[in-house]
Amino acid sequence: MKEFALIFRLRDISDFKPSPEQMQERMNWLGSIAAQNKLVDKGNTLLPISGSAKTVKPNNVVTDGPYTEIKEFISGYIVVKTETIDEAVEIAKGNPIFKIGGSIEVREILKKD
Amino acid sequence: MVTKSDREILPHLFRQEYAKMTAVLCRHFGLRHIEIAEDIASDTFLKASESWAINGIPENPTAWLYTVAKNKTKDYFKHISVFETKIKNDLKPDRPKQENDFEFNEQIISDSQLAMIFAVCNPANNTESQVALALQILCGFSVEEIANAFITKTETIKKRLQRARNNLRNDNFQIKTLTESEIQSRQENVLQTLYLLFNEGYFSKSNKQFIRKELCSEAIRLNLTLIQNPLTNTPQTNALLALMCFQSSRIEARINEKGEAVLFDEQDKNSWDKSLIEKGNYYLINATNGNEISKYHLEAGIAYWHTTGSKGKWKSIMQLYNQLILIEYSPITALNRTFAFSKVYGHKKAIFEAKKLNLTKSNQYHELMGYLFAEFDIQKAIEHYEQAIKMTKSETEKQTLQKKIKRLKRNNGG
Repeated sequence: MKEFALIFRLRDISDFKPSPEQMQERMNWLGSIAAQNKLVDKGNTLLPISGSAKTVKPNNVVTDGPYTEIKEFISGYIVVKTETIDEAVEIAKGNPIFKIGGSIEVREILKKD
Repeated sequence: MVTKSDREILPHLFRQEYAKMTAVLCRHFGLRHIEIAEDIASDTFLKASESWAINGIPENPTAWLYTVAKNKTKDYFKHISVFETKIKNDLKPDRPKQENDFEFNEQIISDSQLAMIFAVCNPANNTESQVALALQILCGFSVEEIANAFITKTETIKKRLQRARNNLRNDNFQIKTLTESEIQSRQENVLQTLYLLFNEGYFSKSNKQFIRKELCSEAIRLNLTLIQNPLTNTPQTNALLALMCFQSSRIEARINEKGEAVLFDEQDKNSWDKSLIEKGNYYLINATNGNEISKYHLEAGIAYWHTTGSKGKWKSIMQLYNQLILIEYSPITALNRTFAFSKVYGHKKAIFEAKKLNLTKSNQYHELMGYLFAEFDIQKAIEHYEQAIKMTKSETEKQTLQKKIKRLKRNNGG
C-alpha cells in the first residue's frame, strides 16, 4: 500500500465556510473513504483568514495570508492509502469541492524507513 | 425452609456475591493468591447453601456470609502457622502474610469490586481472554457457562483462563486502592472490556436467550460499579452505560420465541422496555459533561435515535456513523453505515457505496446487498442471500435468510 496526501485548494475565501449541506456532503465523502478502510489521517482544515495565516519569506519578510502570487489557497488535507495513485485519484474525484471550483492535488508520500 | 422461589434466586445471588467476596478477600491476600480467596469464598457459599436449606435464609445474608468467610480465613492462617512451625524449611517464600482481620462494609465491598475490575481488565491479556476472565472472576461464571456463551469447548476456555491468570500474576499487578493516574491510564481498557462483554451477550452466536441476557446484565452491573465511584464516573462511562441501556431495551424484541433474529423494521416496538430507554436518556445526558466525543458517545447517539420514531432520524444516524468510522474502522460499522446511507439516499446509491467496501468475503455484506437489491432486482437479491447462506455458520441465520428468499420468490409470483 502506498500513501497519498490529498491537498485541497479553493479559489475564493468566501467558499471556505461551507453550508450545512456542503458540510454533510464532505463528511459523507470522508466517511466513505474510512468505510473502505483507506483513510490514514483525517487531516486538518487550514484557516486562510487574516490573523490565522501568515507567509514567511526570505529577509524576514512576513505577509498576511497564504501566498498571494498563487490565486488558489490550500484549505486542508487528508492522507489515504491505496495500491496505486490512480486509485487515490478516483477517491479524490468524489469530493464535492469541484462543485465550487476547487481542486485537489494528489501527492505520494515518501516513506522513510 | 427454602421456598421454590428462593431456590431460583439463590444461584443468581450466590454468583454475584461470590465475585464480590473474592474481590474483598483478594484485597486482603493480594492478587497473587487469588486461588486461596476463591477457595474460601467457595467454601463459604457451600456452607451457606447447606445451612440455609435447613435453617432458612438469615436476616442479614451478607453479614452472615462475611462472618463465615472471616472465620474461614482465620482457620486458614491457623493452619498455615501450624505448618510453618512444624516445617521450618519453608519452600514457598511468597505466601500471603497474615494481617489483621479483614473488615467488610458496603464501601469496602464496592471499592474491592472496582479494584478487581481494573485488575482483571489488564492489557497483559488479549481482549478475548480479558472478557473470559471478567466472566469468571468478576461475574462468578463457571468454566462451562463461559464455554457455552462463547460456543467454545470447555477445555479451550479452561486453558485460556489459566494462561490469562498466569499473565496477571507475571504482570504483578497489585490489587489495591487505585490512584487517580492509574485509573486514567487504564479506564479506556476497562470500558473496552465491558463493551465487549456486553456485545458478546447482545450479538451472541448462542441462541439461548437467557445466556445473552445474563451477559448483558452483568456488563451493566459492572458499568454501574464504575459510575458509583466518583473517580470512574466519567462522560465515557456514562455514554457506554447509555448505549447498554438503549440496546438492552430491545433485547426481548429482537429475538422471537424460536430464537430467530427479528430485524429492526419488523420488531414490535411495544415490547421495547421503556424504563431502560429512560435510563439510557438519563446516562446519555450525563455523558455530555465534557468535551470529548468517544465512540461510546457516538454509538449511544445512534442507539438513541433508534429508540425514537422520528422521521428525520436516518440523516442524524448517517452522520453519527460517519464520525464513528473516522474514529475506528470495523467491517460491521462500514456495513451499518451503508445501511443508514441507503435509508437517506436510496438503495441504488447505497449499492454503489457498498461495492467500494471490499467486503465480499463477509456474509453480512451479502445479506446487506440482498436487502438493497430486493427493492428492484429480485434475482440479484436472491443470489446475494444464497451467497450469505453459504458463508454463515449460524443455523438460525440460515433459516432467517431462507425465509427471505422464499418471500422474495412469492412476491415475484414464482
